[in-house]
This record gives sequence, C-alpha cells and structure tokens, in this order.
Amino acid sequence: MLLTADDLKAHYGAAPVLHDVSFGVREGEITVLLGANGAGKTTTLRAISGTVAVAGEISFDGRSLRGLAPERIAASGIAHVPQGRGTFTELTVEENLRLGGHRRSRAEVKNDVKHWYGVFPRLAERRGQRAGSLSGGEQQMLAIARALMSRPRLLLLDEPSLGLAPIITQELFRQLAEINRDSGTTMLIVEQNANLALRAASAAFVMETGRVVASGTAEALLSDDGVRRAYLGY
Amino acid sequence: MTLFLQQVVEGLGSGAIYATLALALVLIFRATGVINFGQGEMATLSAFLCWQLTAWGVSLGFAIAIAVAFSFLLGAAVERTIVRPVEQGDPLTLLVVTLGLFFVFNSIMRFFWGTTPHHLASIVPNTALNVAGVHLATQSLTTLGIVLAVALALYVLFSRTLLGIVLRAAATNPGESRLLGVNVNRMLMIGWGLAAAVGGLGGVLVAPGLGLQPTMMQVIIIFAFAGAALGGFDSPLGAVVGGLIVGVSQNLAATYIDAIGNELSVVVPFALIVAVLLVRPSGLFGTAAAGGRV
Repeated sequence: MLLTADDLKAHYGAAPVLHDVSFGVREGEITVLLGANGAGKTTTLRAISGTVAVAGEISFDGRSLRGLAPERIAASGIAHVPQGRGTFTELTVEENLRLGGHRRSRAEVKNDVKHWYGVFPRLAERRGQRAGSLSGGEQQMLAIARALMSRPRLLLLDEPSLGLAPIITQELFRQLAEINRDSGTTMLIVEQNANLALRAASAAFVMETGRVVASGTAEALLSDDGVRRAYLGY
Repeated sequence: MTLFLQQVVEGLGSGAIYATLALALVLIFRATGVINFGQGEMATLSAFLCWQLTAWGVSLGFAIAIAVAFSFLLGAAVERTIVRPVEQGDPLTLLVVTLGLFFVFNSIMRFFWGTTPHHLASIVPNTALNVAGVHLATQSLTTLGIVLAVALALYVLFSRTLLGIVLRAAATNPGESRLLGVNVNRMLMIGWGLAAAVGGLGGVLVAPGLGLQPTMMQVIIIFAFAGAALGGFDSPLGAVVGGLIVGVSQNLAATYIDAIGNELSVVVPFALIVAVLLVRPSGLFGTAAAGGRV
C-alpha cells in the first residue's frame, strides 16, 4: 500500500463528517472513491493533504503524515487537485505549469512542460492565455497537468468531471488511465460518475454518511447489485 | 510652453517620490491584502539608518546598500512577528496593527535621532541641467530614473521569474498554493521584505531634498495612497503611473489655476482620483477583484 488511512475521524463544528474511515491505496493503481454528496469524500481527500484536521492515522509510503503542514505533505509527493480545480486564474497556462513544478530544476520543468503540451495540445495552443479564460474542460486538464508537474507519487483528484460535458469527462478519464499506465502515477479519484470512474480504476471504495460501506476491485463493485443500483443507476 | 514643461518636470520629480512609496504599498497589498500605514515610517527609518552609517564613516553607496538590505529584513521580520498572528483575523484588526506600526517606528526614530532635521547626502550633486529652457534637477531625475528602474525590475520579477510566479500564486490563492507545496508564509515574508526594501530606497532618495526627520514621509504617504488608489491597489505599474499623475496634476493646478494656488493644490489630485474611481472603481490598472477588496 502506498497510502493507508486508519480510523479517520473529523468534525465540521459539532457535526461529525468522518466515522472511523479506513482504506488503502495500492501503488501504481487508480482507486476511486464513490459516494453521494455529503458522504465525506472531499473531507477524506482533504485529510490526506492536511487541509482539514482529523484524528486517526494516515501513512504515506510508510511514513506518518500526522501533523504535517499541507505544503510539506505536497512536497513529500502528494498532489491534490481540489474541487473547482484550484485554478490560478490570473496566471497564464504556462505560468500555472511552471508553478506546479516550482520545486524542481529548470531543465526538468522545461521538459515536463513540453511533455504535457504534447499530452494536452489544447493547453499548448493557449500557453500565453490567462487560465481564467479557459473552458471548464481545459481548466481541468491544466489543473491535472499542473499537479503532475511536481512528479507526485500520489495524485488526489476531487470530482474532476464536475461541470464538464459527458464527452469531455469521457476523454478526461481516458487520459487519466493513459497517464496512469505511462507514468505509473498512483491516483485516488473522488467521482460522482461511478460508471466511468470504475471502468478506469483498479480498485474502489464507497462511502456513505462518513463511513466506508463497500470496497473491492473495480470489477467486483461494477458487478455488485447494491452498488450498481445505488451509484450506477441501472 | 517652457513654463508648462517646467511644471511637468517638477511634478514628475515629486511624483516619483510618491510612486516609490505607492509601489511599496501595492507590493504589500498584493501579498497580504492589507494597507500598511507604517510604510512611510519604515522608509524614514531606513533613511535614518543610512544617515547613521554615514555618520559613522561608512561610504554613502555602501550605507544605502546596507539600509535597503536592512529594510528587506525589517519588512520580513514585521510580517513574521507582528502581522502573521493576526493575518487570518478581521481586516480591521490588521488595519489597526499597521497603524500601530506607524506609531512604533515614529517613536523609535524620535527616541534615537530626535526631531531636528538631519542632513543626508545625496548620491548625485544637487544641480540643474538646462534643456531648452527647462531646468531639470539632477536629484529629481535620479529619483525618477531609479523608480522607473525598480518598477521595471519588479515587472520582470513578477512576470518572468519563477519566484515571481510563486509570489503571485501565494498572494492570490494561498490555499491552492499550499497544495502545490508552496511555503505561503515564506512568500508573504518575502513580499513584505520586497515592499520595505523599495520603500527604504525611496526614503534614502528623498531624504537629501526633504530634510531627514521622523515626520519626513507623513505627507508623502498620503499622496502615495492617492497614487496607489488611482493606479489600482494591486498593480505595480499602476502605482508608478498613479504616483506620477498625482505629482504632475498637483503642480499644474498650482501653476495654472489661480484660485487654487499652492495651498489648495493638494486637493486637486484627490478630486481627480474621485473622478477616476467613479468610472473605474479598481483604479486605472487594477483588477476588479482588488477593487472590491479596497
């Protein structure tokens, strides 16, 4: 396991949002985290990136993340693309990418920027434009490329399909699967579009009101009647 | 025509002084979203330090370099120790804290150097060049030249360098920047340091002409606020242009509108600013987002 979470508990004010959440993310795989709104998916990702206070234990590559500031967790190899894509609207596309690689050497950054322009040609066309002027799909590509500029070992994505047209979402998941295959980057993806996400993933778990209620291989969850009825809608 | 040009040149001279401080205000506003009322006093303190060093026999050029470097550290230290604990708090709290900075630094200067004006030497002799009948004061020209050079350097820093990109990111989206591994606190410290260094340089530049005393920057800072508001509080370019416009309009009004004269001329830039802000609330070069915050 690249990442393990044990008995995470969190509150927003007095309201508990996570009850003893435990799960693992295997290295090199895409794992999806499914669940309805308010199930605690976003809080779970934020617990990993250190942007919400939790009780319990999270360990990454065998080291505890407890008490680390978000920037230290990011520097240790976890990139988190938050809901809403965290776009730096004032910065240009290219500045966004350079920002993502700010801890790495100039030459590496130059190479990787070129690489991501190859993967996402739309970004190359718009390299000098302010990120705020991009379409939703382009902003999501930019957010993912920016996060990957740091060469993370674990990429956390919070609802990448939010606000995107179905065809764009499909393309996005195809690309995520490709990136995972090519670079071996481990991914933990929170997603509402369960069908699409499960087809791109190897493993999955399902959350309901702050608890993990099902987990297994993506294949097993796809064929699980309960999961299918609750999250796949057929 | 000669008179007009003469007044414009002199206006640019005082405008350049406003522009330096306006630039410092804008740098801090961009970094931490706060208006530093202590900026002028911090700049004066740097000038006093420079004076003290020369009094101890340090050469002027070296003293200026030390004073500017000291200003950077002072700005960073103020952010770290005084501003950061209240940074997440109410904007009004921050406002009062920076007002407090004004009094603290003013008192420190009174304590060490008293209220009688000191004479800080200028890096250029105070002579005037005569170009087609217009007198160009070398000190004003130097100040103007340095301000423009600093503005250009800041432009290059913010738009071309990685540090500049990270500074901008940390200022506009601190939360998302942390997710990318940016040490936002360090960036805010650097922002304050840069601002204080620019302001300190301004202090050193204006002291020879104004006479170095604790109140030296107190009127200038008002015009610097005006320049920053006019140009847009989040735009370094706007700060420079705004500062220059304030200086020039003040001078021209005093010369050409008899009813105004010297005493009322200070009002003119403010009237102009009100007019501009009615049309463009975020200032000439500011973005709407910043306009909303001011």
